[in-house]
Amino acid sequence: MKMSGARAIVSGLEKEGVEVIFGIPGGQSIPLYDALYDSSMNHILTRHEQGAAHAADGYARASGKVGVCSATSGPGATNLTTGIANAYMDSSPIVAITGQVPRASIGKDAFQETDIIGITMPVTKQSFQLRSVAEIPEVIKSSFYIAKTGRPGPVLIDIPKDIQEIEDEIDFNVKLELNGYKPTLRGHPRQIKEAAKLILEAERPVIIAGGGVIISEASEELMELARLIGAPVTTTLMGKGSFPEMDPLALGVLGMHGRKAANYAVTDSDVLISIGMRFSDRSTGAVSCFAPDAKIIHIDIDPAEIGKNVSVDIPVVGDAKTVLKELIRVLRKIMESEKSKAWQEKIKIWKKEFSPKMDYDDVPLKPHRVIKEIMDFLSEDDIVTTEVGQCQMWAHHYMGRSKPRSFISSGGLGTMGFGFPAAMGAKVAKPDVNVIDIAGDGSFLMNIQELATVVENNINVVVGVFDNHYLGMVRQWQELFYDRRYSSVYLGNLPDFVKVAEGFGALGIRVEKPEEIRPALKEAFNAGKPVVLDFMIEHECNIFPMVPPGRCLKDIME
Amino acid sequence: MENKTHYIVALVEDKPGVMQRVSGLLSRRNFNIKSISVGATEKLGISRITMTLKGQEEVLEQVIKQLNKLIEVVKVLGIEKDESVIRELVLIKVNTATVSARAEVVQYANIFRGRVVDVAKDSMVIEITGDESKINAFIELMRSYGVKEVARTGKTIMTRGKKIVSIKGK
Ligand SMILES: Cc1ncc(C[n+]2csc(CCOP(=O)(O)OP(=O)(O)O)c2C)c(N)n1
Ligand SMILES: [Mg+2]
Repeated sequence: MKMSGARAIVSGLEKEGVEVIFGIPGGQSIPLYDALYDSSMNHILTRHEQGAAHAADGYARASGKVGVCSATSGPGATNLTTGIANAYMDSSPIVAITGQVPRASIGKDAFQETDIIGITMPVTKQSFQLRSVAEIPEVIKSSFYIAKTGRPGPVLIDIPKDIQEIEDEIDFNVKLELNGYKPTLRGHPRQIKEAAKLILEAERPVIIAGGGVIISEASEELMELARLIGAPVTTTLMGKGSFPEMDPLALGVLGMHGRKAANYAVTDSDVLISIGMRFSDRSTGAVSCFAPDAKIIHIDIDPAEIGKNVSVDIPVVGDAKTVLKELIRVLRKIMESEKSKAWQEKIKIWKKEFSPKMDYDDVPLKPHRVIKEIMDFLSEDDIVTTEVGQCQMWAHHYMGRSKPRSFISSGGLGTMGFGFPAAMGAKVAKPDVNVIDIAGDGSFLMNIQELATVVENNINVVVGVFDNHYLGMVRQWQELFYDRRYSSVYLGNLPDFVKVAEGFGALGIRVEKPEEIRPALKEAFNAGKPVVLDFMIEHECNIFPMVPPGRCLKDIME
Repeated sequence: MENKTHYIVALVEDKPGVMQRVSGLLSRRNFNIKSISVGATEKLGISRITMTLKGQEEVLEQVIKQLNKLIEVVKVLGIEKDESVIRELVLIKVNTATVSARAEVVQYANIFRGRVVDVAKDSMVIEITGDESKINAFIELMRSYGVKEVARTGKTIMTRGKKIVSIKGK
């Protein structure tokens, strides 16, 4: 069939099942937007391209589908890059579409020309610049396939304007030939058997579940394994929600701001079963004293993660769900007796001894109390996103979540300004659940313009601002490690977030006392419009426990 | 731990930007690459990249794994020195202002199985292929005459005997 490049792109996206695109048009993508005008796909006009990229990311994480964002060339494309980098670090499947100057102008520093392929090369899983109209079906199909399979990640498609305009014969019946791309799904049987043997010998096993468990939808298998071998489970930031944190076997989160019981259990373990995680420094603390007595089993779909940061004893390359299923089968075959309960007893004692206090009555509010009220208010299918800073770590540490995809946070890149647009994307993906962004005042200001988008499109998310007038996390480091020399971290008394919300047409509610929190939440989630809750929290409250950077997981400051 | 020289051969799809992806990855991941060369293979659409790097065994492993992640990279192999032929081509422009210098340089070139590929009034260009030690020895010899310019291609490598680095299929 003969059609324009723009039309072919739109058809290609429709064939991939895309329902929504977040983006902003511009000179070099006008033909594409002209074709979108007739499409059944919903285009949500964000107010900044960074918002579009994070929204696509949030959409992807909430739904498991590929998120799509779009921008024009030059500044539009560069504005996407933080969002692309964020998706890359957290293995989130998005496809970013950028307009580009016409082929004849490429390399001439034409108006709004940037080498976006070059700029994003380090932070994309793959990228394509279209060179002909005929290749559009293949490029789109490969892009979605690459984005969502194996270890997922962002793919960028750069489309010169003339290619959007030219008409050519298009054949959507393409077979993908990706000779250099064949992710390993099934674990090696011998490795799985070795892993099973090691697990049976373990006296103090611990499971660490990372984001890979959520991506591969392996939560059921994770639970089955944990129950079968009686191993406690901790999660990384990315793995939060993969294992219900109220479960007796749950240790809570691991790492710099992890639960004490989790950090202790990992350090004292003799066998570590690490699933879909990458031993980031925020999870391990100093590698030299990370689980010193443990033999490590590492299950991951990305072979390059094996042995990258921590040397492992039994690597199993494969998809978490597939490998766990097989591991459980092998274990059941060779397992003879119940495991001793001594380790579990010890864990129980730690959990009890270290259970965090949250029921503060202070004014100004303690963040713990706010987190507790939000946690109690939400049901398990509701979605929490976070910004970055203390706010994120309060949520990470204190807020129990029990379902995969119910906690969405910027782990690898730590991007302030992620949480709000991600909440928008998540709400678009799951319109029937409550979505709240746990925000810092500094972070919220970085993409606050998206209030216009959510109001305009009735995307009724709630932003809970943990208003401490500080870039709190940096202030905390300055307090603890730099002699309280507060350098450029005070944000001042303004803005008035209630008025700002109102100015955008959202509802703003200021919350100052503990007893106001619950009614405010109730009002917010029933408001029928986007809401900003301005929680006036203690300005210099710190997030503890904390393992200082470069220290061992057990060196905990409280 | 010991820093050894390692050789890696990658077979890649001949698509736009592949060299940029490979070299960008190597520098981004902090791998210390000594030389890199690229050229066509026996298969249409497949290029062969040869890399020499210095580092520990684990570094080599990481480089191979990271390269394998690139979509266009079809095959990556670490190659042992003893099982392969390693060659480099070098062009050297030597100062040969005197008659005696000219004669001597030609003689040395012959001994090293090099070839004189250009002669000017006061300089010569010698082409020589071989392994690293041979080439280094020759360049050292030439220094006493005055080396004006050296252009090395970087190493290329092929396994000896049965072992074949190639891609099956069409
Ligand atoms: C885009 C970006 N810029 C800077 C930083 C460094 N940084 C990390 S946390 C933080 C403070 C965040 O402040 P706020 O959003 O108010 O959260 P709080 O820590 O006060 O809860 C900063 C500046 C970052 N992570 N991201
Ligand atoms: Mg703050």
